Amino acid sequence: MLTFNQYRKVTSLEEAYELNQKKANKIIGGMLWMKMGARNIGTAIDLSGLGLDKIEEKEDEFSIGCMTSLRDLELHPGLDAYTGGAMRESLRHIVGVQFRNVATVGGSIFGRFGFSDVLTMFLALDSYVELYKGGIVSMDQFAAMERDNDILVRVIVKKTPLSVAYLSHRNTKTDFPVIACAVAQTEQGVKAVIGARPYKACIVWDNDDILKEGISLESAKAFGEYVADHVKTGSNMRGSKEYRSHLIKVLVRRGCQVLGGEQNAN
Amino acid sequence: MKVVNQPIRKKDAMALVTGKPVYTDDLAPKDCLIVKLLRSPHAHAWIEEIQTDRAWKVPGIEAIYTYQDVPQKRFTMAGQTYPEPSPYDRLILDQRVRYVGDPVVIVAGETEKAVDRALKMIKVKYKVLEPILDFHDAKDSDILVHPEDNWKSLCPVGADNKRNLCASEKDSYGDIDRVFEECDVVVEGTYHTKANNQAMMETFRTYTYMDTYGRLNVVSSTQIVFHLRRILGHALDIPKSKIRVMKPRIGGGFGAKQTSVAEVYPAFVTWKTGKPAKIIYTREESQVQGSPRHEMEVTCKIGAMKDGKIRGISVYTLSNTGAFGEHGPTTVGLSGHKAISLYGDLEAYRFDYDVVYTNVEAAGAYRGYGATQGIFAVESTVNELADKLQIDPIRLRQMNMVKEGEKMPSYYGETANSCALDRCVARVKDMIGWEEKFPCRVVGDHKVRSVGISLAMQGSSISNVDVGSANLKLNDDGFYVLGIGAADMGTGCDTILAQMAAEVLECDIDRIVTVGADTDISPYDSGSYASSTTYLTGKATEEAATELRRRIVEAGAKTLGVEADQVEFDGDFVRCLEDGREISLVDLATASMCNNNTAFQVTATKSSPVSPPPYMVGAVEIELDKETGHVEILDYAAVVDCGTVVNPNLARVQTEGGIVQGIGMTLSEDITYSKKGKLWENSFMQYKIPTRLDMGKIRVEFESSYEPTGPFGAKSIGEVVINTPLGALTHAIYNATGIRFHELPITPEKIAMGILEHES
Amino acid sequence: MQIKLELNGKKVTAEIEADMLLLDFVRTQGCYSVKRGCETANCGLCTVFLDDKPVLSCSTLAARADGRKVTTLEGLQEEAAEFGAFIADQGAEQCGFCNPGFIMNALALFRENPYPDEEEIKEYLAGNLCRCSGYEGQLRGILAFLEYKKSKEQKGE
Repeated sequence: MLTFNQYRKVTSLEEAYELNQKKANKIIGGMLWMKMGARNIGTAIDLSGLGLDKIEEKEDEFSIGCMTSLRDLELHPGLDAYTGGAMRESLRHIVGVQFRNVATVGGSIFGRFGFSDVLTMFLALDSYVELYKGGIVSMDQFAAMERDNDILVRVIVKKTPLSVAYLSHRNTKTDFPVIACAVAQTEQGVKAVIGARPYKACIVWDNDDILKEGISLESAKAFGEYVADHVKTGSNMRGSKEYRSHLIKVLVRRGCQVLGGEQNAN
Repeated sequence: MKVVNQPIRKKDAMALVTGKPVYTDDLAPKDCLIVKLLRSPHAHAWIEEIQTDRAWKVPGIEAIYTYQDVPQKRFTMAGQTYPEPSPYDRLILDQRVRYVGDPVVIVAGETEKAVDRALKMIKVKYKVLEPILDFHDAKDSDILVHPEDNWKSLCPVGADNKRNLCASEKDSYGDIDRVFEECDVVVEGTYHTKANNQAMMETFRTYTYMDTYGRLNVVSSTQIVFHLRRILGHALDIPKSKIRVMKPRIGGGFGAKQTSVAEVYPAFVTWKTGKPAKIIYTREESQVQGSPRHEMEVTCKIGAMKDGKIRGISVYTLSNTGAFGEHGPTTVGLSGHKAISLYGDLEAYRFDYDVVYTNVEAAGAYRGYGATQGIFAVESTVNELADKLQIDPIRLRQMNMVKEGEKMPSYYGETANSCALDRCVARVKDMIGWEEKFPCRVVGDHKVRSVGISLAMQGSSISNVDVGSANLKLNDDGFYVLGIGAADMGTGCDTILAQMAAEVLECDIDRIVTVGADTDISPYDSGSYASSTTYLTGKATEEAATELRRRIVEAGAKTLGVEADQVEFDGDFVRCLEDGREISLVDLATASMCNNNTAFQVTATKSSPVSPPPYMVGAVEIELDKETGHVEILDYAAVVDCGTVVNPNLARVQTEGGIVQGIGMTLSEDITYSKKGKLWENSFMQYKIPTRLDMGKIRVEFESSYEPTGPFGAKSIGEVVINTPLGALTHAIYNATGIRFHELPITPEKIAMGILEHES
Repeated sequence: MQIKLELNGKKVTAEIEADMLLLDFVRTQGCYSVKRGCETANCGLCTVFLDDKPVLSCSTLAARADGRKVTTLEGLQEEAAEFGAFIADQGAEQCGFCNPGFIMNALALFRENPYPDEEEIKEYLAGNLCRCSGYEGQLRGILAFLEYKKSKEQKGE
């Protein structure tokens, strides 16, 4: 059980930032993960009064407030169209609608959880986080950063031309992924993002130009093997590292096939 | 029949769907002390010291108890008829702790926060002992789980605490070794199932208070009010006359609540302090200190001739009862008797078993009660045999399965008086499209569709042991009150028993009010378990209603001035056959309340010398992804013979629910321990029961036989329904992959990695 | 701390502890339909509406309901009875413990998507666990309710 004596619904980011400098105080986000541990914190800092629960679609980017629920993200028509359904696919398996109405984008990204579908998906896009003090940082840079006391204000997705496929394998349909996988065809080439390995999601670019001549069954397969070779996997309750590496081959290949136009590859 | 065999709505349905406060925690007094337990972090340890002084200083703390404060007579928490086969191996708190989660200290206080604070301040010094975590190592180990001298076994079940044996037996019929020698083909396999959790939505919970008469009142989410009264009497070492047990609505049981998992703690607090108390288990507590299925390893050997004739079956079961012996000696029996007996006309069988103590969570009763595990082994072995013999698995079964009228030596010598297994098999074969689909079809680069099948059986009550009772009373306005000691745990027994009474009394079901269960008020009933309520309490209800009807007819005839055989009763009026004069039931009932010497109240009690098996056949079609190992259930066809179906809706939902639990057990519900014996799957985040996206499509039909000893020809339904998915899915997975799995759950990883290994 | 909210249409002012969960709060207000089935946000039994959206009250602070609208099954009795009757007619309510959360979320589904197909129903309700029914009866009940709703609307009722 999560316990605390003080709750503060802040009226400005500055107020939140100041409170957050004290180690015992925590920004609670959707509070889903934080609540599960048995711990005592000082002040629970709530950002829900700052109007940061909206997705703004601009001409060249989506600006997603940190308190936007995963459910709103899943249902956003612009994001759905831009990602060709991949955004929705990355979210719809997460526990249930009520859970996703509570869970926030900011909490999901800031936590940089190993199991995160959300981080895996955003890493496949041309995305950034806006930190209150740290400014705008690319998603992969942010993923690599140590946790600090800054505040994640927004997630920004640039409408860079790309096509993306999202796949995951789960032992049951709404469980954590055993492997989460996003494959994106970008102007810089193809990249695969592998999450739930079970470490934090990572990006593997097609640096060997395996897919340069186009996506065929052979090249997709070869890229799957390439990615599996370049991603460290580990074992936990949901799967062994061997199985995960095997799944990476399968899901990356299938992801490529989806990008190549095979609707039923998965 | 007008009321029986009708899909009548459950009496409590509208209260439940509108969310009325009808469960234990909704009803508990608001001033209850909150009771929580400090639990052992060690799988096996000896408590050297417990410091509670700092905890006592927390404001609002009312009571703290350790092993030094509790009675020293051992008891069992198993809800079974006295003398219980389960050993007396428990104390409320013990100086020896035997698994991770074993209660060490009881704390009661005014608020949850105070109790949580106090729990953190208690310091326990343990001498950590080496545990037995692998049940293969338990028998005759140097480490003893129960070395204590006051351990005792009340029944001759082969128990010996100095050998870690909770039970052990050898049973046989004919010369099995000779039969195996003579067989053309002998197939053998060992099948391992885990300590699966019932995972009912309402966790264990109880509240207790003292009443006007200085008696301990216990309101609990339990299947066994009468057994619970006895258990608490033993545990607290107080007279049973001082205890009253009641159950409100129960949020699911499936056998979990056939063990008094949580009741002793608040009961002890209230008895000591005189104050109301309640305990609400968390999901984690329900997982780690519940009463799950017995982990079993069942070795099955079947001998047959080339033409497919099965001549003999042997089963050896090693069962893991964990730290305590609840239901250990009895569940194991079903793993043989209710599995082997699916096959009739055997020349010989052998069934041996050992039930061992280990330092993991104690097991208990879970729907299927050992039959589930045994049937998985026997049916999987039969499927392998069919493969060896190159005979269609359905045809092999049709040749060998038990038929109506056959004597069943492996089923306590009973005769199958009602058995529609043949019709069930034929129907399932059509429903699933076996001819076209067996064994498999490739449907894509990496996907295969395949089918699998399993038979199942169970019993209906424990023969010569269980007692079912019903009390039926006529009231003014001509309505009836049906008092029962069986516990409706959502299954609908309050309704189906009323249907039976209404059938006999020729009235609308709304004229029957069902009340239960309360040890002070209800007629004695063993409780709702062992698939006994429909069959046994149902029979008692039928008899009580028949006798009450007789009294109504007699009283009516007397009023009309004629003999009883000269009137008829249509449910509303007793009418003279000759001249049509009549008296209404309302008038009779009202008259009975003035100057009357005849009771319009009847209690009937039943035990049964037999336990007629319900039968079931399940066939599944799956689509298996050979790369990821994912199994998608496309279609689950099931046909059940539960005798007469008392309420088709409720029987169908029982069946569907049981099948989904079986699917969970087969595909996703795992139980694993750390090296130190900590259970990993201690939440719904880790213990994955199926969601509605995981269970595919289920189709259920009934093929009814008529059970002569049952009420209106009915047998049980509650347990048999969980038994087919294990064998059927394992068979389908084999047919898709060529891999025989011997351990559940069969996870996608096991399938995918198995295929890789198979191919290389 | 003090919170003011609208609970089932009524204005409520209450003094609460900062870390009190919405689930525990609504139960202290007599909304006993709201149940807890786990501690890990997996079961859906505690579903309530917060400003008309279904949320897990086990993972929502009561403090966060300040100034907002909270609805439990106690506030939706007519709708619950109308829809619940179709679940009852399948015998699919069974033990009933998961029913309030399930029915809340089903009502949320019907508001969001008045005529969902089977797949949409299953996906929307995936976060509502049930151990008794095997889900099939709940699905039959929902489909029967949708048929009834459709015919009611066609008749212009």
